[in-house]
Amino acid sequence: MYEFAYHRPNSIRKASSLSASGEAKFLAGGQTLLPTMKQRLASPDALIDLAGIEALQGIELKGRTLHIGAMSRHADVASSAVVREAIPALAALAGDIGDPHVRAMGTIGGSIANNDPAADYPAACLGLGATIVTNKRRISADDFFTDMFETALEEGEIITKVLFPLPRRSAYAKFDNPASRYALVGVFVSKRGRDVRVAVTGAGPCVFRVAAMEDALSKRFAAKSLDGISVAAGDLNSDIHASADYRAHLVGVMARRAVAAA
Amino acid sequence: MSNTGIGARVARLEDQRFITGAGKYTDDVNVAGQTYAAFARSEHAHATVKSVDSKAALAVPGVIAVFTGADLEKDAIGPLPAGWMIHSKDGSPMNAPGHPCLVQGKARYVGDPVAVVIGESLAAARAGAEALAIDYDVHEAVTDPAKARSSATQLHDSAPKNTCYEWELGDKAATAAAFKSAKHVTKLSLSNNRLVPNPMEPRSALGNYDAGTDSFTLYTTSQNPHVARLVMSAFLNVAPEHKLRVIAPDVGGGFGSKIYVYPEEVVCTWASKKVGRPIKWTADRTEAFITDAHGRDHVTNAEIAMDERGKILGLKVHTTANLGGYPSLFATCVPTYLYATLLSGQYDIPAIYAEVDAVYTNTVPVDAYRGAGRPEATFLVERIVEIASREMGIDPATFRKRNFIKKFPHQTPVIMNYDAGDYAASLNKACELIDYKGFGKRRREAARRGKLRGIGFSCYIEACGIAPSAAVGSLGAGVGLWESAEVRVNPTGNVEILTGSHSHGQGHETTFAQLVSDRLGIGIDQVTIVHGDTDKVQFGMGTYGSRSGAVGMTAISKALDKVEAKAKKIAAHLLEASESDIEFKDGAFSVSGTDKKVTFPEVSLNAYVAHKFPSDEIEPGLKEGAFHDPSNFTFPAGCHICEIEIDPETGVCEIADWVAVDDFGNVINPMIVEGQVHGGIAQGVGQALMEGVSYDSSGQLMTGSFMDYCMPRADNLPSFKVDTTVTPCPSNPLGIKGCGEAGAIASPPAVINAITDAIGHENITMPATPQVVWQAARQGAARAAE
Repeated sequence: MYEFAYHRPNSIRKASSLSASGEAKFLAGGQTLLPTMKQRLASPDALIDLAGIEALQGIELKGRTLHIGAMSRHADVASSAVVREAIPALAALAGDIGDPHVRAMGTIGGSIANNDPAADYPAACLGLGATIVTNKRRISADDFFTDMFETALEEGEIITKVLFPLPRRSAYAKFDNPASRYALVGVFVSKRGRDVRVAVTGAGPCVFRVAAMEDALSKRFAAKSLDGISVAAGDLNSDIHASADYRAHLVGVMARRAVAAA
Repeated sequence: MSNTGIGARVARLEDQRFITGAGKYTDDVNVAGQTYAAFARSEHAHATVKSVDSKAALAVPGVIAVFTGADLEKDAIGPLPAGWMIHSKDGSPMNAPGHPCLVQGKARYVGDPVAVVIGESLAAARAGAEALAIDYDVHEAVTDPAKARSSATQLHDSAPKNTCYEWELGDKAATAAAFKSAKHVTKLSLSNNRLVPNPMEPRSALGNYDAGTDSFTLYTTSQNPHVARLVMSAFLNVAPEHKLRVIAPDVGGGFGSKIYVYPEEVVCTWASKKVGRPIKWTADRTEAFITDAHGRDHVTNAEIAMDERGKILGLKVHTTANLGGYPSLFATCVPTYLYATLLSGQYDIPAIYAEVDAVYTNTVPVDAYRGAGRPEATFLVERIVEIASREMGIDPATFRKRNFIKKFPHQTPVIMNYDAGDYAASLNKACELIDYKGFGKRRREAARRGKLRGIGFSCYIEACGIAPSAAVGSLGAGVGLWESAEVRVNPTGNVEILTGSHSHGQGHETTFAQLVSDRLGIGIDQVTIVHGDTDKVQFGMGTYGSRSGAVGMTAISKALDKVEAKAKKIAAHLLEASESDIEFKDGAFSVSGTDKKVTFPEVSLNAYVAHKFPSDEIEPGLKEGAFHDPSNFTFPAGCHICEIEIDPETGVCEIADWVAVDDFGNVINPMIVEGQVHGGIAQGVGQALMEGVSYDSSGQLMTGSFMDYCMPRADNLPSFKVDTTVTPCPSNPLGIKGCGEAGAIASPPAVINAITDAIGHENITMPATPQVVWQAARQGAARAAE
C-alpha cells in the first residue's frame, strides 16, 4: 500500500468538497478498494471515509418504499427486521454477499458505486426497479449501471440512499463462483403489479435485464413460462471458471429457480 | 492404557497457544536493527535479463542496497541443487541444472527472483523493487508438459528437448507378454492437475549475521532445518555448518512445500552480512502462489490387462511429469521412486512396466506435495481398476477383492516389499459402514429428486515412514533418511525430548509426549518436545512423507530404552538389589517379589547427585540419544468410499457420504489421526473438485489468488465416517505406519469414481468443477438417449 491522506468528514458537503482536489477516493466499505490498494493496483492520494456521515445511515419503510441509507452495511441489511419484512429477497441477498468480514464492512452504496460485474446488489437494484439517490439527483437503476465498473455517477457525486419500491413477489437465485463466491450467475426476479423484472449479474460485463423472460413472466409468473427462453451466449463473459455457454445455460436455470422461490 | 499414554485421545497440547494467538512464527521474530527484503520477480515466463538498473531504486528513501545474480556469482553462492539422482533408461544421468537464487542469465517462470532490494522498512524495500529498471529479452514460453519435449522453446542448454530424464521401471518384456495373453485390456488417459500447496502461514525468512562470532542465524519456515543448513552449507556456500544456525519455530503448515531450500532464505542470510544488518522477508499470498513449489502435474497414458475372470495380468504406464522451470530439491524422485513404485496398488499384479519422462516448462518448480507421487499412483491405479471392473461387468468391490494381495510379505514387480496388511478387511468394513448394499435404493431415491447419485471406491496404498537410508541411497537419494532423538532427563524427573523431526501442524508435542508418558510413567505435562533449532537439537532429517511417527518416534523409543536401562542400574544401587531383579512399571522401579521401590524422579535426581553409585561403573547424568534407520518403508493402506449427488442442471456435486477405513497400524492418538484423515480428505476433495493451476500460453498464472484458485471449505465437505483396521507394522517396535498423507492420497479417485458412476461414462478431468461436470453429465445423458 502506498501512502495516502485519510479524511473522515461528518457531512456530505464536506465529503464532496474534499473530493474536488487530487486523486481522492470515497471509502464506503473498502472491501474492493482496500485490497486493491494493498496490492498496489490503486494509489489514491486521499481516502474520504464516509462512515462518519449520519445522513448516509438508516433503514426505514416509508409507505410502499424501502429507504436504505448508502452506508448501510450488508450485515445491517441482512439482519434488518424492516428489510426482512418488506423485501425478504433483498435481506437474503445481502446475507449471502462475500463472507462475514465483507458483510461487516461492505456497504450498499459502495457496492453499487463500484458496479462489479459479479456483485449481487446491482441485480437487486435493477431487478426491483430501485432509484439511486445522490447528493445531486435521483437516478433510476435502469440508467445507473452503465458498463463494467462504470455507473452514471459523476465526479464527486455521492450516493446517499437507495429507494426500493416494494414488490409483490421477488427472489434472488445465485450460482456461486466456486473460488471467489461472487456470483458466477445471479438472477433477481420481481413482480409488482404487472411489472415483472428479471435482472442478471455475473454473466455479462454489466448487470442486465432479460426482456424475453420478463414478457413471458408478465403473462404468467411461473417457472414453466421460461421454458425455451435463453439468453445469447455471445454477449456473456467467458473465463477459466465458466464459458459463455455455461453462463447462458445457468441464467435460465437460476431464473427458473428464482421464479419458483419468489 | 493410561489416560495420557499410547492410544489415548489426548487433546493437543500445542493448540492452546495456536488458537489463542500465542504461537511464535518466523514473522513474529524481530531483532534489533532489522531491515526488510523485497524481491523483484520476473514478469515474464521466459526471458533473458539483459540488465538491471538500480539507480532509481537506490535513490528511494530508505533503500539500503540492491543485489542481483551477479553479486551472488561474485561470492560463489551456488544455485539450488537437485538432491536426488535419477538415471535415464540409457544409463545417462539426469539433466538437472541448478536454480540460481537470483536470476543469472534467464528467468524461467513468472516469479523467478531477479533482484532483491533491502530497505529500512518493507514499504521502502517494495518501492525500491518497483523502481528497478529491468531490461528483458522475452522468449516464447512452453507451459504444457505434453508439448515440452517437442517444443522449439528450450529452457536450459544442458537439457535437450526440455527433458530431465527418460526413466523406466519394471519388466518391459514380461509386461508385453502379459498383455498378449490378456482377454480384456482397459485404457485410460488422464492428467493429474497441478496444485498450489497453500499452507496457512506463508513462507518467511529472517537472516542475521553476527560479526562478533562470524556466524549466521536464519529463522525460516522449514519442515527440516538441519537439511536446510546442510544444503546452504555444503551446496550453496552460504556458511560452514557450524557457523550457521537454522531455527524453524512454529510453522503454520507445510504439506511438503516447506521441505525445500528457497532463494529468499538463502539471499536474506547471505545479504545480512553484506549489509551488516538482519534482513526479514515474508511472502504475501500472491508471492506464495508464484514461488512455493507446486504439486502433481502429470499427463499419463495407461493400460491394464485382465484374464477372462478379471484377474489382472499386467499394467503399462507412460507418464510425463512437469518439473517446472528448474528441478527443485526432491522433485526428481517424486514422479519416479515415490510414484512408479506404488503402481501395484493393493493388487497382485505379476508384471508392471512404467516409463516416466520428466520435463521442464516455464512454470513454477514442482516438488513433493502431501502424498508426493503416491496420490498420482493411486489416482491412476484406482481409476483404471474401477473402469476395468465396469467394462467387464464385475462389481467394483468384487473385482478389487479378486485381485487383492493376500499373503505377506509381498514383493511387487516395482521394488516395494509390502510387509503387512489386510486389504479385504478395510474394504469390507467400509462397505458395511456406507451400506453398500443399500446404494441402489439411495440412487433411485436421488433420481426422484432429479439428482444423479454415484458411488466411488478407492483402495489405496502408500509407502511412508520415508527411509530406509540404504534403500533410498541405492535409488539415488543424496541424503540418508534415518531420524534422531535425544532424551534429556532433568534432575527433578521431567524430560526434554530433542527430536530431529519437525512439527508444523502434526501435533508432535502431544503424540511424542504420549509415548514418553507411556514409557516412563510420568504425566505428559512433565515432557517437553524440542525441535526446529540446529543449535539445540542434534542433526535430524525433518518431517515429510508421514515419517515422524514411524521413524522419529522409534528413535525416541530407542533412546528411552537406553534411559530405562541406565536408570535400572542406578535404581539397583539405590535399592541395594541386583540389576536383574529390578522391574520398571508405572513410573517406579521395584525389586521383584518385594515392596521396595523407588520412583522415576528419585532415580533421576540420584543420577545427577551421583553419591550413591560407583562412578567408575556408572557415569553420572541421565541423557541418551539414538538414531533410527528402519529396515523398510511402512505401508499404510485402506479403503475410502464416496457417494456423490450431482445436480445435472448445474453440474454441482455434493458429497453425500464418505467412509474412510484406514490401516495405520497401531495408533498413538486416535483424535490426531482422525484430524489428519479429515484434513487429507479435504485436500484430496480439493484436488478432485476445485483446485487446479491454470497457466495461459505465455506462462502467466491465471489462478494466482483465492479469487480464482478454489480451496475447499468446510461447507464443501460432509461429516466423514472414519474408522480403522489394524495390522501392526512389523518394521518398528511401536507397530505404527503413518497417517499424514493417506487422506490426500485416497480421496481423489473415490470422488472421480463416484462422479463417473453417476454420469455413466469415464470422460472427466480434475478438477471436476460444476462446469466440467455439467458438460460431462450432458454427454452422459446424450449417450443414454442414443
